[in-house]
Amino acid sequence: MSADKKTISILEERRAQVLEVGEGTTGTLACERHSVAGAVSQRACVFCGSRVVLYPIADALHIVHGPVGCAVYTWDIRGSLSSGPELHRNSFSTDLREMDVIYGGEKKLRTCLLELINHYHPKAAFVYATCIVGIIGDDIDGVCRKVAAETGIPVLPVHSEGFKGTKKDGYRAACDALSRIIGTGDTSDVSPHSINILGEFNLAGEAWIIREYYERMGIQVVSTMTGDGRIDEISRAHGAKLNVVQCSGSMTSLAKRLKEDYGIPFIRVSYFGIEDMAKALYDVADFFPDAPEIMDRARTLVTEEVSALLPALEPMRRDLAGKKAAIYVGGAFKAFSLIKALRLLDMKVVLAGSQTGGPEDYEQLREMCDPGTVLVDDANPVELSKFIVEKGVDLFIGGVKERPMAYKLGVAFCDHNHERKIALAGFVGMLNFAREVHLSVTSPVWRFAPRFAAAESGDRP
Amino acid sequence: MTTPAAAEILDRWTVTRNACKLCTPLGACLAFKGIEHCLAFLHGSQGCSTYIRRYMISHFKEPIDIACSNFSEHTAVFGGGVELHTGLDNIVRQYAPTVIGIMTTCLSETIGEDVGSLVKTYREARPELAAALVHVSTPSYRGTHAEGFHDAVLAMAEQLTEPGSRGHHLNLLAGMLSPADLRYLKELFADFGVEAILLPDYSDTLDGVPWDRYEAIPPGGTPLAAIRRMGSAQASLELGHILAGRERTAGKSLRDRCDVPLRSLGLPIGIAETDRFCRAIQEITGAALPARHEAERQRLIDAYADGHKYVSGKRAVVFGEEDFVCAMALFLREIGIIPVLVASGGRTGLLEAKLAELGGDSTVAGDVDFLTMADLAKSANADLVVGNSKGYKLSKELGLPLVRVGFPVHDRFGAARLLHVGYRGAQQLFDRIVNTIIAHAQESDEIGYTYI
Ligand code: SF4
Ligand code: SF4
Repeated sequence: MSADKKTISILEERRAQVLEVGEGTTGTLACERHSVAGAVSQRACVFCGSRVVLYPIADALHIVHGPVGCAVYTWDIRGSLSSGPELHRNSFSTDLREMDVIYGGEKKLRTCLLELINHYHPKAAFVYATCIVGIIGDDIDGVCRKVAAETGIPVLPVHSEGFKGTKKDGYRAACDALSRIIGTGDTSDVSPHSINILGEFNLAGEAWIIREYYERMGIQVVSTMTGDGRIDEISRAHGAKLNVVQCSGSMTSLAKRLKEDYGIPFIRVSYFGIEDMAKALYDVADFFPDAPEIMDRARTLVTEEVSALLPALEPMRRDLAGKKAAIYVGGAFKAFSLIKALRLLDMKVVLAGSQTGGPEDYEQLREMCDPGTVLVDDANPVELSKFIVEKGVDLFIGGVKERPMAYKLGVAFCDHNHERKIALAGFVGMLNFAREVHLSVTSPVWRFAPRFAAAESGDRP
Repeated sequence: MTTPAAAEILDRWTVTRNACKLCTPLGACLAFKGIEHCLAFLHGSQGCSTYIRRYMISHFKEPIDIACSNFSEHTAVFGGGVELHTGLDNIVRQYAPTVIGIMTTCLSETIGEDVGSLVKTYREARPELAAALVHVSTPSYRGTHAEGFHDAVLAMAEQLTEPGSRGHHLNLLAGMLSPADLRYLKELFADFGVEAILLPDYSDTLDGVPWDRYEAIPPGGTPLAAIRRMGSAQASLELGHILAGRERTAGKSLRDRCDVPLRSLGLPIGIAETDRFCRAIQEITGAALPARHEAERQRLIDAYADGHKYVSGKRAVVFGEEDFVCAMALFLREIGIIPVLVASGGRTGLLEAKLAELGGDSTVAGDVDFLTMADLAKSANADLVVGNSKGYKLSKELGLPLVRVGFPVHDRFGAARLLHVGYRGAQQLFDRIVNTIIAHAQESDEIGYTYI
């Protein structure tokens, strides 16, 4: 038990969740495991999954049923923009107290819902169940049903008790709620060349960028789920001819469901990086062979955008060539696009990992990555920083929790999280991404960091 | 003190809309971050610990590791004894901490985990364990982050200290202050030439230096050996008027268990409260106020005179954690600003009583959220807002400037370095408040004077 305080060890139970890509490695990376007790996992909970998916629906009421923390930590933390109402930017909570925990919180939930609905007149309400609701046994379905009948708006329970699974289960619960809204609206004016954009949350206005591309191609976007989302749009989503799904983790279950229920096929896309962005447009155009002008427009669009973009990237690429990058993101799909985007900048990826990747994701990652690249699933700060130092990383791409660790070790950082204020999607997003990476990697401040200070120590007092 | 109109607004809503409080384990975590080589361990589900880490990182810009026993459905039904054991084994192996601070969440409390006895069993099963274990019960349905903080400090006092023969050192239980505040207090005691054991002390762990290699637990914090000596201190100074109203506190526990005399004081924000604080140190130790600090005090009085016209009669909305707003309200009054609305999400009920002396012009309200505060503030005819970042929307809605103090400050840089306490802290607060008022007037003025 008396471990040397300075050694960094990987917990025995976690060894299978770390792998170095090598010539002829065949082993697979263990994943989709419950986080080890005592580890400082970077993961969140079921509730977090539901909340990130549904949160951007701006004209709906979102109320978190439980003690106050879960609601408070998710108050306006996401840069999901709305072009209209901003009800979603509030944090509503039943704020359960000791007596509620003992006697049950159904009555309080009902009162809270009625107060809010009567005051804000939302188009729908989502009721998130958090951990202790699952324990005290409130019948939130029953409360929702009654309040819906009384108020005449959809009131949807989201079963997102934090401990009942992982973030992915939260995505599923959110998709369940969405599927109850879809199919209730009028689709008579939906064009034969129409899509839904799924898994795009309009962080920093990204959904607007993507939507504009598709509209330039002559495609009608029936709904975006859920970025800049509106209940009316979502209720008409079943009218679209194709579902375009980003972020494989969060919305695939909804896409599958829409395929079963309404026969709407879906494709998976990513909007990060030139390659993937262009593919996302071409794949949609391909789906409408009856309208070849859509493909023509897609080609023109890509040519225009890329020819403007490449020269702008060039000087940054020159500075960044050969620098080493580490990627640790929520879903593995993001890592794929980031690897491609970093390659475009001639950077080397030496570490890639995710909180919630599945076996196929890691297989794909292994194929994409160069020998020597470390792959990790559900990593913790100790491991991540171990690899930062060992691999001599120049740039870390991650979320809020990874940022201070990178900075402590004198490593440049690119925010790739839900709070970002700079759009990273689309062609313009690639430029923004390169700029952000470039400005952080080439900042003059790193030379003072202890890791590099040896070379600078000449003038030190 | 609360007008009928205000009372009606306070009664209007059952639901909490934009809470002005945080959850209990966050406070406990903050306290454990102030112990040397300590790791906080949350006995509950993963989400809470990740959210708390994220929230604290956004303020302090420092790595914040919180281990978690990571409840699953199985754990929620059968209890988390096994997870707690495995979890403790794992963090001992990976972090080799000297102290482990074990907290609960709403979930583990609701299923009735008896963490005290689980910890006891663990200790018995691991006789070779070098780390000290402290556990504290932190369900959020029973309090706010302030309760979590003070309960964790109390737990440390109860579980880690023993009576001893009286020494010359003092205990300083400073409350939820910024790292800059704690650093200042240490400097003040050093200048006094008095040894003080500051519990907790996160001035280095949460406002630290860069590393050349990974530090599993960042350096700094109150050493365990020092905490053990708290039972033999000459006296304890415990800061916070609201805290003083609580039945059980670390200071009271040290008084009752170890006979360490207790002096309860307000947070030393502003001249009057800092005077009281310094006088207490003088009375207990016989040391004189160091010349440097006397000079800072005099310069502050001089600045009060120079700046008084800009602030006199201005009206402020003040919100945040109860002890902090209490101190801030008293400070504002000291410089001639009327704290017209003093609000907190805390619900000890002590704030209203303590600030009764503010008189009829002020509405003092506990257990309120930001949207209720906004409703109250609309008729308050205020000139500025003083509180944390979460009041930004409120200030925007009211069209008033916000002076950012306390925790959390998520929308400005340098939160850990905000100084509030002592003569120096009052000087900085005073300068910032005066300048905020001047800047606001300048921006909303057509002429835009280039002098003041
Ligand atoms: S369950 Fe309790 S401890 Fe966890 S985040 Fe919610 S309020 Fe905080
Ligand atoms: S209480 Fe449960 S739902 Fe809420 S943050 Fe914690 S793990 Fe997630």
